[in-house]
Amino acid sequence: MSKKAAPGGSGGFDISRAWTDERARGVIFQLLLVLGLALLAAFIVSNTITNLREAGLSSGYGFLFDTSAFDINQRLVEYSSTSTYGQAFVVGALNTILVAVMGVVTATVIGFVAGVLRLSNNFLVSRIVAAWVEFTRNVPVLLQIIFWWLIMLALPRVRDSISFGDAAFLNNRGIFLPAPIFEDGSAIVLALILVGVVATVAVRYWARKRQDATGRTFPVGWAGLGLIVGVPLIVYFAVGQPLDFDIPEKKKFNLKGGFNVTPELVALWLALSTYTGAFISEIVRAGILSVSKGQTEAAGALGLRRGLTMRKIILPQALRVIIPPMTSQYLNLTKNSSLAVAIGYQDIVSIGDTILNQSGQALEVISLYMAFYLVLSLLTSAFMNWYNKRIALVER
Amino acid sequence: MSFRKIAGAIAVAGALVAGGAMSGQAATLDDVKAAGTLKCGINTGLPGFAYTDDAGNWTGFDVAYCRAMAAAVLGDANAISFVNLTGKTRFPALASGEIDVLSRNTTWTFSRDVDLGFTFIGVSYYDGQGFIGRTALGIGSATELDGASVCIQTGTTTELNLADFFRVNGISYEPVPIETNAEARAAYEAERCDVYTTDASGLAATRTTFEDPSQHMVFPEIVSKEPLGPLVRQGDDQWADIARWTLNALITAEELGVTQANVAEMANGTDHPEINRMLGSEGSLGEMLGLDAQWAVRAIAAEGNYAEIFDRYIGKDSPLALGRGLNALYTDGGILYSPPFR
Repeated sequence: MSKKAAPGGSGGFDISRAWTDERARGVIFQLLLVLGLALLAAFIVSNTITNLREAGLSSGYGFLFDTSAFDINQRLVEYSSTSTYGQAFVVGALNTILVAVMGVVTATVIGFVAGVLRLSNNFLVSRIVAAWVEFTRNVPVLLQIIFWWLIMLALPRVRDSISFGDAAFLNNRGIFLPAPIFEDGSAIVLALILVGVVATVAVRYWARKRQDATGRTFPVGWAGLGLIVGVPLIVYFAVGQPLDFDIPEKKKFNLKGGFNVTPELVALWLALSTYTGAFISEIVRAGILSVSKGQTEAAGALGLRRGLTMRKIILPQALRVIIPPMTSQYLNLTKNSSLAVAIGYQDIVSIGDTILNQSGQALEVISLYMAFYLVLSLLTSAFMNWYNKRIALVER
Repeated sequence: MSFRKIAGAIAVAGALVAGGAMSGQAATLDDVKAAGTLKCGINTGLPGFAYTDDAGNWTGFDVAYCRAMAAAVLGDANAISFVNLTGKTRFPALASGEIDVLSRNTTWTFSRDVDLGFTFIGVSYYDGQGFIGRTALGIGSATELDGASVCIQTGTTTELNLADFFRVNGISYEPVPIETNAEARAAYEAERCDVYTTDASGLAATRTTFEDPSQHMVFPEIVSKEPLGPLVRQGDDQWADIARWTLNALITAEELGVTQANVAEMANGTDHPEINRMLGSEGSLGEMLGLDAQWAVRAIAAEGNYAEIFDRYIGKDSPLALGRGLNALYTDGGILYSPPFR
């Protein structure tokens, strides 16, 4: 490596020789670039403000406190047409987060299953999965969203709903499930479930310690099942079943009551999770293939079964390759959810567009979209980076 | 006393500043003349109002107004560059000067007129929001829709009127808001929702596209006032006057029996003073607008008077077959009324 500092070693900086000094030149160009970008940004902002003022348009975020006067069909928080634009934004943001979280979970499951199956020794299985992956990856996601939506619309009409024991119904207006009504005493059961989760984590920690020390294994799964499901179930019956259900009922136009999952949510969820799942399956496949074959053979020589080899030997090493590209898939899924507007799922963009139209505050609404997706993406990245660090190979 | 003086001085200063700002903008007419084309904002496609004909030319009720205006200002009904706009992009396009006039079935509301800084120049079509539903539902009125699912095309005032209507009547509903007319219709046809709501003119247009229109009925309730009309940017009064009186000329032409066929002949002078003033053989109304004497002759010759335009694109000679209803002249039982040309 050649020395990049000014030659001579005098220590002084000669301005006349700056152009011949690679490092000084680099600094100068970087400064010029930053200055240029700053000027450009300042010009855009001031130009926009001037134009808005000249056009006599009101700007600012005060409109968020005005009454929205429109309704939203899927609300995770209290909202009505007498709420404000700001509250409507919150409802939309939560709807986006809901479909994004649901999508990320199922896409991961689909991706892992498909990725492992594609490496299957069974020719038929691996070929079918390969064909599915190639098809799903290469068709635009908007078309897939509309495809799933049209499938949902092709379900039986509301009068011919498919009934599941007269408690749950399926039709082209969505899935109608009994909604739980919590009565006195149900708090104890819910608390016990929480306690069960905490206890299971503790048992798992203890079991691991013991296995490290003595080599003896402990059936954590069964213990957890007993703690999380068994104990609360016994108490539930003991205190007299303090849980009732609001069962959907057929009314003149619709099913009323219960809990409704709209076909738009289902269609969007299925489309996003299969589309992203196909990409994830390729990442998983790459991750598994990155672990050398010697590892599998060594595990086999030690007498580990195939499932255990995959879980204990291959996947922990593959995860290090898998996690970084997974982050961008999760981000893509979140951002793709804005395509919901095409089928009428009321995500932040769909609701924001209505607000934009009513209030006319185009710049402000678009800036809120950008801020929301930016924050959501940064949070996702931060979490994934933390997880990546945790599973990274710790070298001594 | 001194307070009053100060207040007066501030008011005068304010008027001067405002005047200065206005004169800075009052150049739309010059800009249009210099460019040689009128930039007219229209719908991306709505049967009857703005659609392409077999030859690929934009045509329709809203487009006809653009043509009349281009003819009045530039002397050529085809000197237009059409800008297709969605419900979302129409207002920024007008505010930024991307278009000179917006003729895209836009409802005249307080906030659009006042807060968004536009000037509505009149009403070209009195519409109202209605509902379409299957006759098989067995109901005769929208007030019986308690618990129904309602498909809405978003990006309009429709969502607000709907919420207001159900709130006033104390009944509940599930909104199903969909961005484009095509998808909203698909959802309605698949019975994702019980009724579909949009402006009554749009419903009539949509109904004609159903497989069996007789199975669908438009409910009698009109739940909102939707005065649709062209609009321009606020602050250029001369340009707003030109836009306003072009529309008034079309309406007055119907009232006075001036048609596309006889306008050239009538321009030579008639024994009716208002026709003569409008068509420029008497007085100097055209010069007052900053145009020439023949402006209204060209505007009417472009696509005919209001009745001719209405009948051709959305009325009795079109597949939409909308009745004149409120849009009949005030002399025929409607509320269409133009101020006089004098």
